[in-house]
Amino acid sequence: MSGKTLYDKIWDRHFIGEVEDYALIYIDRHLIHEITSPQAMEGLEIAGRSPWRPDSVFAVPDHNISTRNRHLGVSSLTDPQSVIQVKTLEENCNKHNIFQLTLTDHRQGIVHVVGPEQGVSLPGMTLVCGDSHTGTHGALACMSLGIGTSEVEHVLATQCLKQKKFKNMKIEVNGDLAKGVTAKDLILYVIGKTGTAAGTGYAIEFCGSTIRNLSIEGRMTVCNMAIEAGARVGMVAFDEKTEAYVEGRPFAPKGEMWEKAIQSWRQLFSDEDAEFDKSYAFNAEDIKPQVSWGTSPAMTLSIDDSIPYADENYKGISATEIGKMLDYMGLRPGQSIKSIKLDKIFIGSCTNGRIEDLRLAASQLINKKIACNIKQAIVVPGSGLVKAQAEQEGLNKIFIDAGFEWRDPGCSMCVAINNDRLSPEERCASTSNRNFEGRQGLRGRTHLVSPAMAAAAAVAGHFVDFTQ
Amino acid sequence: MLKKFSQHSGVVIPIDRAHVDTDALLPKQYLACIKKTGYGYWLFDDERYLEYGDVETDCTKRKINPDFILNQKQYANASIMISRENFGCGSSREHAVWALRDYGVRVVIAPSFASIFFDNCLKNNLLCIVIEDAQTDKMIKYYQQDAGSEMSVNLIDQFIELSDGSKIEFDIEKSHKEKLIHGLDDIGITLQHQDKIKNYEAQSRSLYPWLFDSFTSNK
Repeated sequence: MSGKTLYDKIWDRHFIGEVEDYALIYIDRHLIHEITSPQAMEGLEIAGRSPWRPDSVFAVPDHNISTRNRHLGVSSLTDPQSVIQVKTLEENCNKHNIFQLTLTDHRQGIVHVVGPEQGVSLPGMTLVCGDSHTGTHGALACMSLGIGTSEVEHVLATQCLKQKKFKNMKIEVNGDLAKGVTAKDLILYVIGKTGTAAGTGYAIEFCGSTIRNLSIEGRMTVCNMAIEAGARVGMVAFDEKTEAYVEGRPFAPKGEMWEKAIQSWRQLFSDEDAEFDKSYAFNAEDIKPQVSWGTSPAMTLSIDDSIPYADENYKGISATEIGKMLDYMGLRPGQSIKSIKLDKIFIGSCTNGRIEDLRLAASQLINKKIACNIKQAIVVPGSGLVKAQAEQEGLNKIFIDAGFEWRDPGCSMCVAINNDRLSPEERCASTSNRNFEGRQGLRGRTHLVSPAMAAAAAVAGHFVDFTQ
Repeated sequence: MLKKFSQHSGVVIPIDRAHVDTDALLPKQYLACIKKTGYGYWLFDDERYLEYGDVETDCTKRKINPDFILNQKQYANASIMISRENFGCGSSREHAVWALRDYGVRVVIAPSFASIFFDNCLKNNLLCIVIEDAQTDKMIKYYQQDAGSEMSVNLIDQFIELSDGSKIEFDIEKSHKEKLIHGLDDIGITLQHQDKIKNYEAQSRSLYPWLFDSFTSNK
């Protein structure tokens, strides 16, 4: 009999039983926010149910909040709909005794940044959230997945998720990343190779020396975008870095409980003889700074590439579709990536809103100014604690001196539900995760990049190989 | 109680592209709603209207894009959507499914679906049918040519019938089929197993006690 994968192990630990042809999986941690929980809470109410285990739920508003004037609390919200959402979340939490970081709490931030930061997300857990980027937490060797609102209601009511077990996929990356090439470039490169649907129906384990050498923050960036490859679950095995990251976090186990927990967590890796249903292998040396050029995260090229001439099918997308993408993006075949001029810069999101990301971006900005064609450049730290840390390190000053706006934490221009967004045909270098049509604003044009690239492009006014 | 589904006939609307994402199905400005219904006017909002709208806008007064297929009169009242690979990719927003449902879509046919979207459809008794690429391609062309014609979907016997009488069989998980046919409530079904859940919980609490610390005790 072959060994078990990391995903198999966590699955087995949480398997309750079969219901029809489904498995019931116990959920240890449920993260909620203001966008996808109100309808679930209302559903519970209508059915006369209440949360099974309120102390497993952790709430924080992040999606539809203003990134200015946070100290004003709810008064900082300029959109009446947003006020309703934030207040509804607060009311639901109070009613059901759910722990919440409110808008003015200094720990508030993007749910996928705050969870790991607070030790709310832990290795070996099953964790869900009504957000597709929940795979992020898998960087801590847990099984985390994004769910819809009906599933949010289901988990609230039963503490379980009805699931079909995913198949196992291994994405192995070995070798050293070149200077200036980051976790973001790695995952964009991988998705560029696998396509956006390769991971559908799979749980992806990222492994290999390159992944092991990434910081936990970098691993989060990688797992965060597993969904852009189609997979709801992305994960990395537990190691001494995970242990060091989790130790001492506010809600992480302490003392004797910590000792007990790490004994258990040290089993969180795929056995030597575990079998994967599908495997990919890549060399880190092949990865250059990446820039997306289309309206799918798979449409990504290296900084020294040019926009392709699509004859028949390009990466499974028809020539007509590619033509439409180029029209939408305002680009032409053969054009070099470096020649693409930008209007706006967005640094932040659950993909790249952590302290390491801000440090990388700031390193490109010391004693520099953003180019005059850049209409707006904003930095939105992933959490209040990231913001405070950055300020302590003086990063805010570097950003502000360069011409960036220094904002308050939230999802901001990644999901663009609040008023941080692109105007039609504005072109943005963005450290976020999706470049779909209209994602950052109606007819807005998004290029997905790393924080260092976003900052370097802000200075140059166009994409640039800052590693040279 | 969810709408039951056993058989359905309706006008077929082909969305001739791959990777239709949930931002396209329902743009983000509508995520500002806390309700669960009323999203039908906003389905494919960016492509359907020539003017920007948000939750406050009266959609009946917005200028429509006559070139977009949803606005072509042959496809009015369409209730079966057919599209290409990786339908519903992107965000987990169930609002995208509510938009389809509220618009009147009961069935979506594609060669593959994004995982979260597929599950969300099931929760709302919207039937997703997976039909392989070549067949979908034929059907898309068929319904582009014969615009406004119908299709009949028989879930009990698992086949679809085109307006020319040709039939295509499809596969579906048994539990999905049961759920759709009986309009079953997932939570109700799961709660029938609450003893099992409680047993598991007790066992897990002794094996992994740190997973049961409350936030308030640790604050």
